[in-house]
This record gives sequence, structure tokens and C-alpha cells, in this order.
Amino acid sequence: MTFAAPAPSLADRITRSFGHRRRLAIAVPAAILVYLVYAAISFDLAGLASRARWDNAGILLSDFWSYKTHVTRDNRTGVLTVAIEGEVRGSYPAGTLPDWVTTDGRVTTIDLGRGNVVTYDPAGMQYVIAGYGTVGVTPVDGRLVLTTPGPVPGWISASDNKVAITTAAGRVNYSRAKVETFRYEPGWEMFFFTLDSPFYGKDPVELLGLALAGARIDPARANLALMASEFWGNRMWHHADVAWALSETVLMAFLGTLGAAVIALPLGFMAAANMMPFGPLRFALRRVFDVIRGVDGLIWTILLSRAFGPGPMTGALAIMATDTGSFGKLFSEALENIDERQVEGIRSTGANGLLRARFGVIPQVTPVLLSQVLYYLEANTRSATVIGAIVGGGIGLLLTQAIITQKDWEEVAYYIVLIVLMVMAMDSLSGWLRRKLIRG
Amino acid sequence: MVDIAHGPDPGPHPAPTDGRAAYLDMVRRKRMYGGIILAMFVALMASGFLLAQERNAGDFLSGLPMLGAFPAEMLSEAWANRSELPGLVVRFLPSLIETLNIAAVATLIGTLGATMLALLATRGLARWPRLISLFRRSMDALRAIPEIVVALVLIFIIGGGPVPAAIAIALHTMGALGKLFSEVAENADLRPVEGLVSVGATWGQRMWLGVIPQVAPNWMSYGLMRLEINVRASAILGFVGEGGIGHDLKLAMQWGKGRYDQVVAIFLLLLVAIVIIDRISDRLRRRLVSGR
Repeated sequence: MTFAAPAPSLADRITRSFGHRRRLAIAVPAAILVYLVYAAISFDLAGLASRARWDNAGILLSDFWSYKTHVTRDNRTGVLTVAIEGEVRGSYPAGTLPDWVTTDGRVTTIDLGRGNVVTYDPAGMQYVIAGYGTVGVTPVDGRLVLTTPGPVPGWISASDNKVAITTAAGRVNYSRAKVETFRYEPGWEMFFFTLDSPFYGKDPVELLGLALAGARIDPARANLALMASEFWGNRMWHHADVAWALSETVLMAFLGTLGAAVIALPLGFMAAANMMPFGPLRFALRRVFDVIRGVDGLIWTILLSRAFGPGPMTGALAIMATDTGSFGKLFSEALENIDERQVEGIRSTGANGLLRARFGVIPQVTPVLLSQVLYYLEANTRSATVIGAIVGGGIGLLLTQAIITQKDWEEVAYYIVLIVLMVMAMDSLSGWLRRKLIRG
Repeated sequence: MVDIAHGPDPGPHPAPTDGRAAYLDMVRRKRMYGGIILAMFVALMASGFLLAQERNAGDFLSGLPMLGAFPAEMLSEAWANRSELPGLVVRFLPSLIETLNIAAVATLIGTLGATMLALLATRGLARWPRLISLFRRSMDALRAIPEIVVALVLIFIIGGGPVPAAIAIALHTMGALGKLFSEVAENADLRPVEGLVSVGATWGQRMWLGVIPQVAPNWMSYGLMRLEINVRASAILGFVGEGGIGHDLKLAMQWGKGRYDQVVAIFLLLLVAIVIIDRISDRLRRRLVSGR
């Protein structure tokens, strides 16, 4: 056996090709890096750090899993109000207080737990902080005087008009007009029943007992029915409206996707080279699909919402408009890739064009088309959330409104959970249907 | 394509004598099922449409004639100020570039993330086989959270601008591409990987030299497709949130009459950008798939 040395030209060529590849292997990542650096500069990434409000992140995270109760005293009238999240709908009715607040009309004691106690009295406010001491605020001649055991720590911000104390147990804000204490508790308060509901504050065992055996609270209805309607009509969380909004979003995606598929099917036939012998029409239709796809969903949404006003139908039409272009293109491509033999067989029986399409083409392409439609249905469930935010319908609208008010972050969390569940449900539904329809 | 349309084997063949009757029976039954399904579908669509129309501010038939009114008004205003149109196009060009940058950065970062996630979540390639389901679930979660949610939450925390949109789209891209990438990688030939194992290559080297060269054309094709989607998403996110040309569009739309020339300029820019990007990506993908 002899080994022939490779011809020098071959060796040269391989070396050169390796060198080329090596240069490429360095050049491509370098180009990407340069681009990212450019993007970082143009996005002002450096300035971002200073603009970022991490305390907002803190508020968001704490609101996601907890709620706060405001205990407010009007310093001029002395009226005390206790309200969950400071909302009127969450106010404790006069004469009822949570068990950690006690008042005798003049002096109010708020137990924040673990030895932290806030006391409002006619002279001002005292806050006994466990492990630190007593912080007091007293208005003197229209100015607020702060007393602390030592030098004023960083978690107290004080001026003549306002004192804010932030501790792990809760927050206290003192201004000349009012003094407010915020107590944080885990959970989403009043998620099931609001304060005015007879079921408020009962634990699951009690509720179960009431539902199964207890005396009727409302003589006209069984307790379980009352419970359901109290939950459904919850005035803090609006479960009924949220469910409506969710189904509106799904409806938009469903109507839009399937409507587009129905419109695009005949158009796809007319744009497929093997179905439509007349070239110019084919060409024209292809360009129409391109234009529809190029006029982006955003533009369609804006144009349509001008004509039809806000609402889910506009959203459905916007999805329909966008997807008609995509489906037309996809369908015509699928139709061009069919097996001609089946059509030949139908043709041999003397069938006309319509019958050939019905029996020769449709059975072949149905699985392909259906699976494409289902993929789009999945994606459109997500798009419908965004489009809903623009046209004003569905869960997208609720979400953007809740975020814009920057207050009810627990509702934002609720909506996010629901949206994710909805998308996942639609994903698995369409996956199941796809398997079912295609495999048999 | 042909095989899957037939369905499973229908079982024992009927005796040849009653074949015709059985066949006709089957055809009739199939037609009936098809008819029922079609009727249900039509009823569902119709009732859904009526429901959506009822919840809508304006109904379909009265809106239909209005369909042309707004574009006509917009275009006539733009036509009246046509001399300013080139100036407006130039003025909004930086916003368009920002929108495109958002999409490009998100696609790049998303593709890199998806590469890692896909390799870690593919059977036979994963670095830690036990964690495969963890990575899969995290891809599912990334895919399920709509971009708008992440973007709006991030705007609240880190303020407006292009970064929240870029992060939101990048996260979604990671999930969406990760799934597709992993499906491609599952079909990769494992022999190069085994060869690399035999010479003592590390996991990174095995992936970089054994897997990536096989899957790169397909992955790049998916990545380009994602870029097309992301340009659109970036425009929409700008409209709902902040950053890029979508935001300018929202401001111009909110102003309404008197700024329709701006709206037209923005529409034109968007349209041209999207068509150009679609064209380029189409051509590149065709080249990638056909192996140049």
C-alpha cells in the first residue's frame, strides 16, 4: 500500500478554505458583537440604569402576592377609615374594623404584628418599632416634629409637611391633612367575596358547611347559588367581566383565523399554478396577497377600527384581513405541491374542474391546510391580546387599563395568569385537534 | 402528504359481493358527517360573528361603507401636503430604524438564547439529560406569555424606550425558536457527535463542531422567518407601549385630523420596510434550504 502525497494544489485549496472558514468564524461573531454594541449605544443602555425604578419592581412584586390595608385618620375631622387597597369598594363599613385595629374614638391602636404597634392619638402618632424604639410625630404650630430614639435613620424621610416611615411590618405616612398606615398581608384580598358579602372572611371549611348544610342566608336561594352569584358578581375583581373579556379574545382569534381561511381557500385555488391556467389573474392574486401581508396587522387594525369602531368584531376583522394574505400564499403553495396522479384519476372519469378539485385535491391538502390554520389559531390567540389592546376589546384592554393606572397590580397579575392559561389551553387544544385530524 | 390523508387501516375487507353496497353506505355516512360538521361550523361562525358584532361599537353593515372613508380622508390630506411628505419620511426614518433595531436585537439575542435552550432540551444532546423537561417547560412558558405583557410590565419598571420592547420580543423569540430549533436538532445525525466524544471533546465542542454545522441552515431559515415576525411585533409594541415608529404612529393618530400626512408617511415607511425585509429573508431562506 502506498500513500500518495496530495497534490500541492489540493493542499493549497484546502488550507485556503480552512483559512477562509476560520476568518468567517471570527468575523461573524465580531460583526454581531459590533452590532450589539451599536444597539446598546443607540438604545441608551447606560442611561437606563439610572432611569430604572427598582422600587417600582418592589411594588409590583409585593402586589403580586400581597395586598395592603390602609388605616387612615383625617387629622382635621378625626374620622377613621379602614380600606383595603385604599379603595372605596374595599372600605370596611362604619362600626366594623379588622381585628388588628382598635379604637375608642380618640385613640386608635394598630397592631402590625411582631411587637410593632402604631397609635394615633389626639396629640399625633406613635410607632413602636420592635428592636428599634418609639418614633413619634407631633404637629406643633402647623409643622411636624419627629422624635426618634437616635439620629434619623435612612428609612424615615421627614420634612415639615410630611413624614414617611417604611418598615418591614408596614408603612406610615404622616402629613398635616391625614395619617395613613399600610399593613401588608399575603394573598389577593376579597378575591372570592367582597366585604359586604355574607361569606366574607369565612374559611373554606365554614363555607363548605354553609353550602351543604347551613341555614339559608337568602331565603329565596340555596347558599351555594348565592355563593356562586356573590363570587361571579364580585365588585372588586369583576370575575364575570374578566371571563367575558377572555372569551372575547378567544372569539376574535377564532373568527379571524377561520374567516381568513374560508376566504383564502378559493383565492388560493385561483393563485395556484396547477389550478388556474390564466396567468395574469394568478400573478395579480399573488401580488394582492403580498400587499395584504405587507400592510401589517397594525395598519389593518387602525384602518378597520376607524370604520367599525372599537370592539371584538373589529379585532376579528383585523386578524382576518392580515391572515387572508398569509393563508392565500400558504394555501396556493400547498396546492402546487399536490400529487397530480390523484387528479389524473378523477379526470379519467370525465369529472369537471370543480369535481376534480373536490375529490382529487381537497382530500390531499386538507390535513396540511388544517394544520396551518391551527398553527395560526394558536398564534392569533396571542395576537388577539395585543390587537384587543388597540381596538379596545377583550382581555388585552383590561390588561393595558390595569397597567396604565399603575395601581391594581394584583389585578395585572391575575390577568397575566389568565392570559397564560388561555394561551396554553389554546395551544394544547390545537395540538390535540391537529393530531386527531391528521393522524386519523 | 398522501399517506396521512387516508387514515388507519379500515379493518377486514368486506366480502366482494356486498362491496358496492358497503362502499356506498360508507360514502353516505361520510357525507353526512361532513355535512353535520360543516353545518356546525357555519352555525358557530355565524353566532360568533353576531356575538362579536353585538359587543362592538359599530356594526358590520353600517361600517362597511365607511371602510374607504378614513383612508380617503387620510390620503387626500397627505396629497394636499404632498410637498412635505419627503421631509416627513426623513423625519420618521430614525424611528423606523429604532423599530428595526428592536426587532434585530431581539431576534439575535432570542436566537442565541433559543440555541442554548434547544440544545439543552433535546434528547441525545442535552448537557444534563435530567433537566430536559425543565428546559422544555421554560420554553413553553416563554412562548405562552404574550410580548405585550412583558413589555408593559418592563415599561413600568425601567421606563419607556426601546429596551422593554426588545427584551419582551427576545424572550418570546427564545421560547418560539427554541421549540423549532429543538425539533430540528432531534433529527440531527449523532455520528459526528459520537466521533467527537471519542476524541475527548467537551460538550461545547461537540455541539459547536458536531451539531451546529448540521442544523445551521434550518435554524437560520427559522431565524429569518422570526425576524419578519419580530419587525411586525416591534411596530405593534411601539403602538401599545413605547419606542420606535409605532409610538410616533400612535401620537399622530391621537392628534387626528391635521396630522394624517404624518400617518401616511409612517404607513409608507412601515410598508416599504416590511416588504423589503420579507423579500430579502425570502430569498435568503430559499438559498439556505436549497443549499445555495
